[in-house]
Amino acid sequence: MKRASLLLPLLLLLPILTGCASKTIVLGSKKFPESNVLSKIAKRKLEQAGFTVEHKEDLGSTGIVWAALKGGSIAAYPEYTATISQEILKVKGDMSEEAIRAALQKEGIGLGGELGFTDNYGLVMLKSRADALNIHKISDLANHPDLKVGVSHEFLGREDGWKPLATKYGLNVPNTSGIDHSLAYLALKNSQIDLTEAYTTDAEIAEYKLLVLEDDRNYFPKYHAVFVYRLDMPQKAVDALKTLEGTISEDKMIAMNAEAKKTKDYNKAAALYFAGSPNAAMTSSAPEASSPFRVILTLIGQHLALVGSSLFLAILVGVPLGIAASRPGGVSQAILGIVGVIQTIPSLALLALLVPIPFFGISARTAIAALFLYSLLPIVRNTATGLLEIPASLRESAAALGLEPGAQLFKIYLPIASRTILAGIKTSAVINVGTATLAALIGAGGLGQPIIRGISLNDNNTILQGAVPAALLALAVEFGFNLVDRLLIPKGLRLPAPKD
Amino acid sequence: MIELKGVTKRYGTAVALQPTDLTIPAGQTTALIGPSGCGKSTLLRLLMGLLEPSAGSVSFDGTPVNSHTTQELRRRMGYVIQDGGLFPHLTTAENVLLMAKHLHRAPDAMQKRLADLCALTRFPQEGLTRYPVELSGGQRQRVSLMRALMLEPEVLLLDEPLGALDPLVRAGLQTDLKQIFATLKQTVVLVTHDMGEAGYLGDSIVLLSEGAIVQRGTLDDLRDRPATPYVTQFLNAQRSLVQL
Repeated sequence: MKRASLLLPLLLLLPILTGCASKTIVLGSKKFPESNVLSKIAKRKLEQAGFTVEHKEDLGSTGIVWAALKGGSIAAYPEYTATISQEILKVKGDMSEEAIRAALQKEGIGLGGELGFTDNYGLVMLKSRADALNIHKISDLANHPDLKVGVSHEFLGREDGWKPLATKYGLNVPNTSGIDHSLAYLALKNSQIDLTEAYTTDAEIAEYKLLVLEDDRNYFPKYHAVFVYRLDMPQKAVDALKTLEGTISEDKMIAMNAEAKKTKDYNKAAALYFAGSPNAAMTSSAPEASSPFRVILTLIGQHLALVGSSLFLAILVGVPLGIAASRPGGVSQAILGIVGVIQTIPSLALLALLVPIPFFGISARTAIAALFLYSLLPIVRNTATGLLEIPASLRESAAALGLEPGAQLFKIYLPIASRTILAGIKTSAVINVGTATLAALIGAGGLGQPIIRGISLNDNNTILQGAVPAALLALAVEFGFNLVDRLLIPKGLRLPAPKD
Repeated sequence: MIELKGVTKRYGTAVALQPTDLTIPAGQTTALIGPSGCGKSTLLRLLMGLLEPSAGSVSFDGTPVNSHTTQELRRRMGYVIQDGGLFPHLTTAENVLLMAKHLHRAPDAMQKRLADLCALTRFPQEGLTRYPVELSGGQRQRVSLMRALMLEPEVLLLDEPLGALDPLVRAGLQTDLKQIFATLKQTVVLVTHDMGEAGYLGDSIVLLSEGAIVQRGTLDDLRDRPATPYVTQFLNAQRSLVQL
């Protein structure tokens, strides 16, 4: 019985560890609709060219997707030229495409040609209001100091944000405030503000009938959409991606973003690209069309596998570390220090550190490794504390009986400390259920998937599909561990203390 | 039985035990007595190898007590401490049988020994399945004594075994202990701070002060032929009701 309970997490771990190493082309995309839709389009193009394609959706951040591309976990993903120069190559100011291409080449990465649209920052107004005030260009704003401007706090603070823009265009708009980006469109519509910032292909631009003011002094860097790919990708696949170049206009992209927002289905949005073409009917097979209940069950299964295997590893490593940390000396301080420091690493940073390592990449392994590291502290600390709290008289009694050190540990100390150790494991498990949502950032599935997608689609229903089961799961884990306590904590320790 | 030669214990610069020679004779009860911090508990721990001497040597039945031999030697000794030192996660029977089971002793013999010990220590059989928290202080000390006696030790080492008990319970246990020691012809080292207990249970008394032995002898020796004025002072400090 005890053995079986040890084996189960191992079995869950197996398929994840072995993975599949076939020669499919893996595409990535970032956690916003446009990126996902572009990869869906590329997926179909590659499939039409005869490739088997896997698409890792909703990956965490530029850092993570880039690390995955360099590490070989993915072969290609859609990116923007200014993001490459500023965030990846860390070059300030403009950079020509040739310069970018040459810089990427050195890293083994190819740069595809422009897809046909840019997704820049832009300033938007209701079209009706702009027409009424005769505003078409950003420089026109100089004549309207009485406008109410509401921009996101981020844009307000950015180096390429509002303040330098106002300086460059000589704007003096005293009525400028910070507003949450998701609320800005509503505020525009209700005339609470006149102007906000937007991404130029946001679905809302069509939805709310907005005008993107012309950046007539070229303030905003140009974010041309392109594909970046590994230079070791088959030439035939590179050619297939090439057929996309120059074929996606801004209007088309806005329409597809709107479709994605409306249908919550990136495949349907991507189908708009192919609409009218002879291949339009050959829409990709729809394996994702199973019932929502099924989908959630699958996600819960993935989530439990992530939590179970990482927790199992954390117990396997954490308890011995805790035992070592309960011994006097510098080792103890070092162990507690290190596991403590791990806890302070932000999850995105930890993932970005792990993804470039070949064994990890964009996979459940990375998620498990990260969750394992985050699970260590409560287990190590509680194990050490539980052991240190054992009264000296009991330690002396165990030694005086002539028990070997190993027998003292297993027959006396660990059972006595079991309550504290299990409390640490329980803490880890509950935190782990919450933290495991980060797995979705690297395409490892779990309940974080609907949460991230819901956030990027601004759709509360989708968020709740992940958040509610995750919360219930945390409660179930708490409850389950209370049962485990009854099984594993010796009865003598659970009896109430005697009244004197 | 146990021999100490020039045994010293220092913690940094603090001296817990000055160079000491002492012989613990077999079949007798030797009581170590003195005020707090006099070194009596340190001495007891040195006998068991729970502490290593800073200088000098301890030998048990001819075998030197050191880090290589203590594990084996401790199995030939029984140890009882003030709060009993019972393991809270084990029942009475499990506490008592722990070492015997660990050493794979024959189950029948173990059960027989357990029953005998219950009788010897006057511990009720039905208490065998109880956990330490469910026992009274006096019962806990009886269990601790059973555990110490389980493997028929050559020497029994008791560190203030009755120190935390109510006077009535304590008096009852003192009577029982005297009888048990006599029945078993047990070699015993008893640490206590109570002169009455030392005089009642001890065949010889070792009085310590500030890490050194002041006098060794019977109660009569200490009373009638004190080695130093301190001995008389210490005895007089333990006023009895009779004197009042």
